[in-house]
Amino acid sequence: MSLDFNRNHFDLFGLPQAFALDTARLDQAYRDIQAEIHPDRFAHAGESEQRLAMQWATKVNEAYQTLKKPFERARYLLSLNGVDAMDARNTSMPADFLMLQMEWREALEQARAGKNEKTLRALEQTLQEQARGMRAELGVLLDEQRAYARAGDTLRKLRFMDKLLEEVGAAYESLD
Amino acid sequence: MALLQISEPGLSTAPHQHRLAVGIDLGTTNSLVATVRNGVAVVLNDAHGHGLLPSVVRFHKDGTTTVGIAAQAQAADDPHNTIISAKRFMGRGIKDIPDAATMPYQFVDAPGMVQIKTVAGVKSPVEVSAEILKTLKARAEASLGGDLVGAVITVPAYFDDAQRQATKDAAKVAGINVLRLLNEPTAAAIAYGLDNASEGIYAVYDLGGGTFDISILKLTKGVFEVLATNGDSALGGDDFDRRIYCWILEKAGLHAIDDHDKTLLMARAREAKETLSEHAQAKITAVLTSGEVVDQSLSEDGFNEMTASLVNKTLAPCRKALRDAGLDASEVKGVVMVGGSTRVPRIQAAVGEFFGQTPLTNLDPDKVVALGAAIQANVLAGNKSGDDWLLLDVVPLSLGLETMGGLTEKIIPRNATIPTARAQEFTTYKDGQTAMSIHVVQGERELVSDCRSLARFELRGIPPMVAGAARIRVTFQVDADGLLSVTAREMGTGVESHIAVKPSYGLTDDEVATMLRDSYAHAQDDMTARNLAEARVDGQRLLEATEAALAENGEALLSPAERAVVEKQIADLRTVLQGGDLAAVKRATEALNHGTVEFAARRMDISVRKALTGHRLDELEI
Repeated sequence: MSLDFNRNHFDLFGLPQAFALDTARLDQAYRDIQAEIHPDRFAHAGESEQRLAMQWATKVNEAYQTLKKPFERARYLLSLNGVDAMDARNTSMPADFLMLQMEWREALEQARAGKNEKTLRALEQTLQEQARGMRAELGVLLDEQRAYARAGDTLRKLRFMDKLLEEVGAAYESLD
Repeated sequence: MALLQISEPGLSTAPHQHRLAVGIDLGTTNSLVATVRNGVAVVLNDAHGHGLLPSVVRFHKDGTTTVGIAAQAQAADDPHNTIISAKRFMGRGIKDIPDAATMPYQFVDAPGMVQIKTVAGVKSPVEVSAEILKTLKARAEASLGGDLVGAVITVPAYFDDAQRQATKDAAKVAGINVLRLLNEPTAAAIAYGLDNASEGIYAVYDLGGGTFDISILKLTKGVFEVLATNGDSALGGDDFDRRIYCWILEKAGLHAIDDHDKTLLMARAREAKETLSEHAQAKITAVLTSGEVVDQSLSEDGFNEMTASLVNKTLAPCRKALRDAGLDASEVKGVVMVGGSTRVPRIQAAVGEFFGQTPLTNLDPDKVVALGAAIQANVLAGNKSGDDWLLLDVVPLSLGLETMGGLTEKIIPRNATIPTARAQEFTTYKDGQTAMSIHVVQGERELVSDCRSLARFELRGIPPMVAGAARIRVTFQVDADGLLSVTAREMGTGVESHIAVKPSYGLTDDEVATMLRDSYAHAQDDMTARNLAEARVDGQRLLEATEAALAENGEALLSPAERAVVEKQIADLRTVLQGGDLAAVKRATEALNHGTVEFAARRMDISVRKALTGHRLDELEI
């Protein structure tokens, strides 16, 4: 009668298995479950219940973080469909995207060297717009076309964008 | 007519008994203990009506100690043996204390944590903190009239694993059962949020005596979710005092002064800072050992000027925390000020300017953390169901491993909600490699040498394979106290190695045990009696928890035979709890713990199902 501890993240929150997500429903389900199983609810219980509560809360946190972030959600959906999008052997990238990347990196370097917050902000906006476009594309590829191999290609591009955006964040900090 | 039951005198009324639990704010400068009494959180005062206990411990030759106001008053007379601000040394090596040279202590560079030489022997900061905790525990027990079930102890949100572990060790040495280590800004948010029924994004700006924290929280329908935290665990009110102290020395042309004078002038500097929170001018007068008289006057403007860089130093973490939370300062609905140092008008002005609003100072910044901790302790002890609110806190600093070339590989990113676990696979780099050394670090920097080293351990017994063939899975688990444990496992053969992260920056269990023995050698308290009392509290707690669980769903979840086994274990435990056999109490407690594993698992399933059905029903209504 024991619940399957390894049940998939979408099932755990009672959500349909899709890239399109009702975030309000995810948030609500997350809070509802945490309210029942968080270790703080078992601080005065026996050792076994305390340990189980920690394991469950850990699992629920992981599931929540995975579904909340579009990149992780897409990657997880692909893995449920047998595609390891981040396989280290798969590094191919279209030439035009590689060109764009180089341009963006140069822009980042210049903004950083010149401590120019305005160009940094402009670059950040461009990158975020691109990333938004890729996320929309992922939605179509995953939910409508079920074209998992192509979704994997888009996801790898999105990873580049996320990494670059992280570097932009670090560049802001270096302005301090 | 219903017949009411009246219990026999002396019999416990277990299910409704109020369990004595407290919240402790173990501060750099001052410490407090608070509890929830008749539904209201209150700070417990000492016999003289003082709530704040100065975090000052004086060690005497005979092994006894003086703690608090008396110790503070004697500090200048016995500077080497009177330890102030010990929190700054918790979980820290000598090289982590930049201003060690200006302090009157004789530091001992011990492996892991720095120690201090006193007339009573070499003391660890853990022992110093334990003396403060013991004093607060005694105060609480005298005030509440019974033994404590446990305490919630607060730590700066930006404390790393070594500092948290040191705090938990100090509680152990003081004989306190830690219900939870709670982050100070989060504690303040509980006290503030529950008081004001707040919703929205709040920032907690906590400038204590020796640490600075900024936490960004989202309050939604009773859920306190920490979105991001940042800070500086070596920046606080002490640094403001030190600026004044240096100014006094410079102005008076003093160079080589003795330790008595150092301690005296530091105290005068602190007083001047406090005066300047209310007045535009502060007089500083002192008579030095040499007979020389210091007589100076410091203006608020002068003070602001000499501390401007410190105020600015707190704003960078605010920017970073907002960035990590993905928010703009304008989205913050309220800024709660915590810590005595936030009384400085210039700090309030700077924070107000940064967030574009007047900070909230309606709760006493010295007491709000202890009050929040007391509210949490009351829930954790089981006095009140916490159904109406929930805390979701985060890891302040990324946790990772050293990889080839002295680089850090992050396993758990900062601001991950706890409890959390993450695994990563590594491989061997040499043919036939049979061992792998694992170095656990914490921090944001890329180079291992710039991060804090938490522990090193070795996974041995890897079967010889060609380089790159072994798959070693390293799992990091951070519990609800924010404490890390690490396991490493070779996936092919299942060779496993496990550590709770302690060795290089914490105390071993043996060291804690020795301190515990030492600390009782000088007290009237009998160690054996203490051990028995603690085992009984543990056993009693498990007994009550199990009985409550059985009453709730023993019928539904256990077969009559299963239930009989548990009932028998309960009866056995109850019998030995009456007697004085420590080993028997421990054995029976362990047996009941073991015997309820399956029951616990089934109950947890029910909880999860309940949560799921709960929101499935909501869906139907849509």
